[in-house]
This record gives sequence, structure tokens and C-alpha cells, in this order.
Amino acid sequence: MLQREEIELLRWRISIIGYVIVAVLLVLGFGFWNAQVVQSGYYQQRAEQNRIREIPLPAPRGRIYDREHRILADNRPSYNILLIRENSPHTLEQSAELLSAGISMSKEEVLDRINRSLKRRDPKFRPILLKEDVSVGDIAFVKSHRFELPEISVEIQPRRRYLEDQLAAHALGYVGEITESELTSPEFANFKSGDQIGKAGLEREYNNILVGKDGFKRVIVNSGGREMGQLAREEAIPGNDLVTTIDLDLQRAAEEIVGDHAGAVVALDPRTGEILALVSRPSYDPNLFATRISAIDWKSLTTDPRKPLQNRAIQSRFSPGSVFKVFMAAAGLEAGTLNPVQTVYCPGYATFYGHTFACDKHDGHGTTSLHNAIVNSCNVFFYNVGNDLGIGRISQYARMMGLGRKTGIDLPNEDAGLIPSEEWKQRVYKAKWYAGETISVAIGQGYVAVTPMQAAWAMGGLTTGGRLKQPHLVNPQDLKKIGMPGDEIVEEDYPIHQSTVDIVSTAMWGVVNEQGTGFRAKIDGFDVAGKTGTAQVVGKQANLKGQEYKDNAWFVGFAPYRNPEIVVAAFIENGGWGAEAAAPVAHAVLETYYKKKLGQFEAKLNTIALR
Amino acid sequence: MIGFRSKFWQDFDWLLLFAALFLSFISLTEIYSSTMAQSSEDFFARQLAWVTVGVVFLFVVAAIDYHLIAEHIPWLYMLAVGALIYTLALGHRVAGSKSWVVFGPVAFQPSELTKMVVVIAMARYLSELRIGRYMTLMQIVKGCVIALVPVILVIRQPDLGTSLTYLPVIAVGLFIRGVKPVALISLILGFVLLLPVSWLVLKPYQKERILTFLDPERDPTGRGYQVTQSKIAIGSGGLIGKGVFNGSQNQLGYLPTRHTDFIFAVVGEELGFTGVVATLGLLTFIVFRSIYHAQTARDNLGLFIVMGVVGIYFFHIIVNVGMVIGFMPTTGIPLPFMSYGGSSVLTAFIALGLVMSVRRCRYVN
Repeated sequence: MLQREEIELLRWRISIIGYVIVAVLLVLGFGFWNAQVVQSGYYQQRAEQNRIREIPLPAPRGRIYDREHRILADNRPSYNILLIRENSPHTLEQSAELLSAGISMSKEEVLDRINRSLKRRDPKFRPILLKEDVSVGDIAFVKSHRFELPEISVEIQPRRRYLEDQLAAHALGYVGEITESELTSPEFANFKSGDQIGKAGLEREYNNILVGKDGFKRVIVNSGGREMGQLAREEAIPGNDLVTTIDLDLQRAAEEIVGDHAGAVVALDPRTGEILALVSRPSYDPNLFATRISAIDWKSLTTDPRKPLQNRAIQSRFSPGSVFKVFMAAAGLEAGTLNPVQTVYCPGYATFYGHTFACDKHDGHGTTSLHNAIVNSCNVFFYNVGNDLGIGRISQYARMMGLGRKTGIDLPNEDAGLIPSEEWKQRVYKAKWYAGETISVAIGQGYVAVTPMQAAWAMGGLTTGGRLKQPHLVNPQDLKKIGMPGDEIVEEDYPIHQSTVDIVSTAMWGVVNEQGTGFRAKIDGFDVAGKTGTAQVVGKQANLKGQEYKDNAWFVGFAPYRNPEIVVAAFIENGGWGAEAAAPVAHAVLETYYKKKLGQFEAKLNTIALR
Repeated sequence: MIGFRSKFWQDFDWLLLFAALFLSFISLTEIYSSTMAQSSEDFFARQLAWVTVGVVFLFVVAAIDYHLIAEHIPWLYMLAVGALIYTLALGHRVAGSKSWVVFGPVAFQPSELTKMVVVIAMARYLSELRIGRYMTLMQIVKGCVIALVPVILVIRQPDLGTSLTYLPVIAVGLFIRGVKPVALISLILGFVLLLPVSWLVLKPYQKERILTFLDPERDPTGRGYQVTQSKIAIGSGGLIGKGVFNGSQNQLGYLPTRHTDFIFAVVGEELGFTGVVATLGLLTFIVFRSIYHAQTARDNLGLFIVMGVVGIYFFHIIVNVGMVIGFMPTTGIPLPFMSYGGSSVLTAFIALGLVMSVRRCRYVN
């Protein structure tokens, strides 16, 4: 081959390489053209998403006060640890691995939290909550590993704090993270996953008033997740404060005296319907729910046979026992079947429709007037009253007086209690009403069941002359003042003669002040009146011994006995005799009320924690 | 002597030098922009120093007749291989690879300069072969061995990416010198067949890189993160860019290794498509100006030296620029004249010096 030819050949091959280079450069150039000119808008958006992060500024819930503006619930700052998947330099697995030890969680727990978010198909930029209400040590770990773990951040969140722990827990309720099913309900249409909502009690009932409006800040962040500047900020609007009608002193007095017993206390002002104290025991600490409640705590609360989460004051119904006699007396007098001067001879028992019904006093009360029948709680007298009225009128008058139906209290899940009727028995049991059943109903046994709230409400209605004021913990006027809708307090006035009111009120004054069953509720100078009740848990014939078979004890008192200002219903589960177990509870509440009225009350310090 | 001087300056390719200096100017600007937030090290000043040294070396190499270097290439080659072995034994480990030698304040990668030694050795071997249309099999094997000895040593560091940059020297050299179409096809086939075998030899992180390249969404937060952020940077730059010091991807640290491997993404973000075209245009100018010098070279030695340089330049360009835009897997291969790094800059200028030397001698005879 000639050298000339060879050189031409080599030059030709070099040209081929040149063409290849041009082709490759065109491909690369096309790539840049596509990214920078055709799809530039998309990438600009991605770059903005990178550098701009929207950080929520959670709004604190409104505080809850008692009637004297003492704080029952407020907020404290707490810190949460979050993971942001977007732009993380680690896999989720790696993040969990690197983080878990530092914040004393297991890797599995961290991954579990992550997976829950993945299951919800949350967008990548939405932070995943890994641990809430963390310790100072946890925060220190995250802050000091800022560069190794840029995907992890710490967020401040106001958290609910109940200053009195267990006190009034059932009235206040508790808050918790919104659940999947709640998210889909129209009631919570404005909420998003991770939000705190009221789950029970006032927190639930007035959730829309208590929640604020979350704000946000739009910040520029670098790849390490550090804020480099702020673009926009909308401050959070705190929720509205709620002033309740609860009197912390009365509430505390009631809680302390019930102590470890199971039971309920309701104190209200019958003139307005304002609830002064609402106690249900055993109680629980709502602070447990403020941070995501642990599985162990939740299990122990829900499986506790004493049912601490149950609000016994409004959600449980019990036989009223002899308390019901007062309403029987009023019904008899109003219906005209009971003559106010009529007497009944009590030999210790009575026979109706072939069955013998006993009186509590085995040797009998002898010849008994209406007044003495109430003072000494004579069953035989009221067997006759009931028999004369018949179940139809009993149920008609009882319902009129506020029993067997919801009181309309501003708390969720109120129980209606039960006042039986022929129609009711037919509907529920598909059976005929037996006249003998009326005899048990007459003394508050059998099918009759009331909630402690109903007992207080109905007693207040009766003793104020037939005026039923809807019981409430929050005054609608206070809501209107802050521009929130508040339904007017419902007032029902049922027809009742003043003479009837006087007769039963005087008799109940006698219960407390004439060596009657309620003498333990007596307060000198404050004309306390009331009625005890002892309701059988099981039939007498069963003759069972043991705490759980002890009778339920009632005392529904009020003062002063004319134009009362306060009604107290005290109920002690398995307390035994109402006179012994329940009357002192009402006494403690009434005494506190009276001392406050006279200015002799010294408030106890908050340090006495009820646990 | 005066005659030589005036001839030197007369034949010196000023356009090539200006192209390289203009690239360095863009590079220094963007290195300053991408590292100004880091106060610990003055990358700008170091790079400026390396560019200065590089220009000096360019003139020195350009002044030397390339025949003289080719004459001394056997011991230079031995020296280079020795340096690689020394690096392997006593080198400085950075990010898992033992590819650095440290002399006082200066760290150097012998594998970079070795490229030029291999280019010259290969050029000399190919140019000394007897004239013929195609190479014999034995000649092909011998040619490959020249390049493969350093390749194996660099793979051992282990630095797979850098070792691959030697391959275009073989490919371009053999193609120009002439390989039978059958041999060419069997070479390509052999390479393809070797791929599954090489898969077994690859380190897990290398496999991960290749898998991520094939499917970036496989792990968007991990390995794919770099390429994703790089594409976001480039795309968001648009037609004219966000302006120097204004690239959010760059300034806020979303771009990985932005002053070294991903410097071109910074150019894309801050200078836009305009800056990309200008930079690629300058690089292309250097490549094609060099090809022109290869075609007008006095002899085959010069031709092969320049084409070896072109092969290495261009390989760096497609692998680095392709990686930045997501067309190529992530490898730590720098962009000539652009990426931060002394060894890379120095090698790029010395390579340019070799081209200058070939060009200077074209009319001798």
C-alpha cells in the first residue's frame, strides 16, 4: 500500500469518528433542549418544591375554665419528631435504622409508623409523625444529627393539659388524633389526618369552638432541611376559650368524698340548669390521651371491670329505688288518686294480686301519712299509691316530670333512662303488662331506671314548681359573646299545683331534718331537703353476699327546701343503704356550696391530686 | 534561537488555548458559585492555581517535540506503571478508593497523568507497525496489553470509572489503524459477552449504580437522588438560566458533588441552555480542532497521539455530560477543563499541549 493511500485511509477513518462525535453531541444537545426548553416548567416546579417547604403552625385549642375562670384545661408546648420522605438521602429502612436507637424506639416501631403513612398514600412532602411529645434527650439527638439525618425534623405542637388530672374528666372529656373513619364523616370535613379533635365530653361537644385555625409558614430550606429564609407566614388562630358552669370547689368536694367508690354526683342550679359539678367515678386521667395513648393504658382503661371511661352521671341508668317515691307522690296528688290527708296502715308487708310485697321496716310503720311515708320511706304506702295510679298514669307523669327521656345536657351520648309502660313492654318484650309489675315500679324498682343527671334534673323541676331547665355545662350566652352559635336553653313548664310542690318539699325537708333517712345531709341554717334511695342490685331472695351484690345507694337533695338554688344527686354503686352511703356525699357538696355562699370557704390548693 | 521562537509563536494554536481558557473561566465562576457557602476550603483559589500550572505545562509540552517524548516513552511507561503500583500499595484512600498520592500540601491522582503516557505509548506502537490495511490479531493483542496493564492496576484501586477512560485510547487507536470488520464485530461481541461475567466482579455499590441508572425510580431517595436533583437543576435553568449565584439547587445544596462531577449541572441551572450550548460548543471546538490537527499531522505518530487525546476528551465529555442529564450511569468521571480537581485540570492542559506540539511540527519536512 502506498503511503499516500494509507494516509487517505486513516483520514477517512478519522472522519468517521468525527461523524460519530457529532451524532453523540446531537443526542446530548437534544437531552438538554428537552430538559431546559421543552420541560423547563416542570423542572422549575420541582426545584420550587425542593426549596420551599410549608410548615404548619398548629393552633392551640381554647382553654376550658370553671365558672370562676379557673383553668381546667389548657395547653403546653410539646415536640414531635417527624420524617419527610421527600429528598431524603436515605431509604426509609436506613432512616429507621439510624434514628431508632437515638430516640429510644425500636426500628420496627419506627417502620410501623412509616408504613401507616404509606398505607394512607400520603404525599411525599407530608411529614410522617414518628414520635410525639418527645424528651429533651430525643430533641438533642435529632438536633445534633441534623447533617446525617436531614430528613428528620422536630416540630413544636401545643398539647392538651388537664390541670386537675382526673378531676371532672368525664365532663371535660379528652382529645385524640382524628381516626380514619372520623376523617370521612361530614362532622370533621375541615380536618386532616393527624389533627387533634375532641373525642369525648365537652372536648367533643364543643370541638368546633375549641379548635383554632392552623397557620403555616412557607420557608426556604436547604438540602439539610435547614431554614434559610421565610417567604410567607400565616399565624395560627387559637381556639376559643370555653367557660363552663362547673364550680371547681364543688367538683373537688364531690370527687373527694366519693373517693374510691364507683358512683356519680350531679350538682346543678335548678333555676338556670347550670351544672355545678358532674362527677363520675372511678375516673381516668385525660392527660393520658393528650399524647397518643399507649396501648397498655388504653387496654387497662377499656378492660377495667369498673369501666372508668363510662360517664355514670349521664351514660348509665340505675333503678332509682325510693327516690322515685317523691315523683309517685306528686303524680298521685296531681292525678287525684292520692288524698293528701289519706293514711295507710303498714304492717310491714302488703299483698297485691296474690303476691306479697315487703316493706323495709319488717315490723311495719303502722298508720302512715303521706308526709311520714316519705320521711320514713314506707314501701307499703307507695304500693297503694302506685296501684291506684296504674302504670299508664305513672309513666305519663314520670315522663312529664323529666324521667325516662334525655335531659338535653350538652354532652355526647346521653342515656334516656327508662320509664316503662304497657306500650313499651309490648314493643320490647312482646308481652302484656302485669298489674303486679306496677307495684315494684311504685317504689323505683323493676323496669324503672334513671341516670343521676335525670334524678337531679327531675328533682329540680319538681321542687321549683314544674320548671325544667335544660341542664348545661356551657352557657349559650357566653358562646354568643364570642360570636359562636349557641342554642337557647330549653325551658319546659309542666302543670303542677303549688300545694303538691309544698307537700313533697316539706316531706323531703322532713327526710333530712326530722330524724328521717336523710339526716346525714343536714346542714344547720340551710334547710336541706332530699330523698334517699336504696336500689336492689339482685332480688332479695337470691340472698347473695359480697360487694358486687350490695345495693346501690341514692340521695337526691336540694336546698333550701323552698325555691331551691341547688340540687345534688349522689349515687354510689354497691354503696349499700342510701342513707349511709349517699347522703354524706350530697352533704359534702351542699356544705361546700353553703360555705362559699357565706364566704367562709377556703379553697383547697391544687396540689391535692386525685389519682 | 530567535527563529525558533518566532516560529513557535507563529505555529501556536491560539484559538485552542483561548477555548480552553474560556472554559476555565466558566469553570472557575461556577466553582466559586457552588462553593462560596463553604468556608473551610478555598476551592476557587486552588483551582485557579491549578489552571495556572496547567497553562505553564501546556506551553512546556507544546515546546517539546513529541518525537522526543515518544522516544523516551518506554521508561516513562514503566515509571507510570510503577506510580500506579506505588499508589496501590501506599496511596491515600478517599471515599473507598486508593487513588491518591500525597506530596506535602498537594494530592495527586497518578491515574490521570498515566492516561497521557498510555496515549503516547499506544501512538508509538501503532505508528511503528508495518503498513497494511488491517492489523493482525497478534498486533491487536499487543496493542491492548499496552493499555490494559494500567487499566487493571486502576481497577484494583478500585476505581472502575477512571479505568474505563483508558478504553477509548484502545478503541480509537485500533479503529483508525484498521481492524477487519470481522475482528471488530467479534471484539464488540466479546465485550458484550463479557458483561455478564463482569457483573459478578462488580462491587455491590457499582451494581446498585447500574440498576439505578436503568430505573431511576427504583430508589429515588438514594442513588437516583443525585441524578434526579441534577436534572431538576438543569431543567429549572431554562433557556437563559437563573444567573450565577442564583441557582437554588446549587446554592441550597440539593446538587451532589456540585463543584466536581456535577459542575455541568450548575452551569445548566445558573447559565441555562445558553450556557450549556456555549460550554459544549467550546468543548466541541477543542475536539474538532484537534481532529483537524490529527488529519494534518506530519506523521502517524502525531496523528495517533492527537486522536488518543480526542478519544479521552470525548469519552469524558459523553460520560460526564450524559450522567448529568441522566443518559449515563453515575460515575466519578470529571469534565475536562470544567470539574474541580488538580489532576484532571493538569492532565487536560498537558493533553492540549501534546496536540499543540503535533500541530507545531506539521510543516517540518
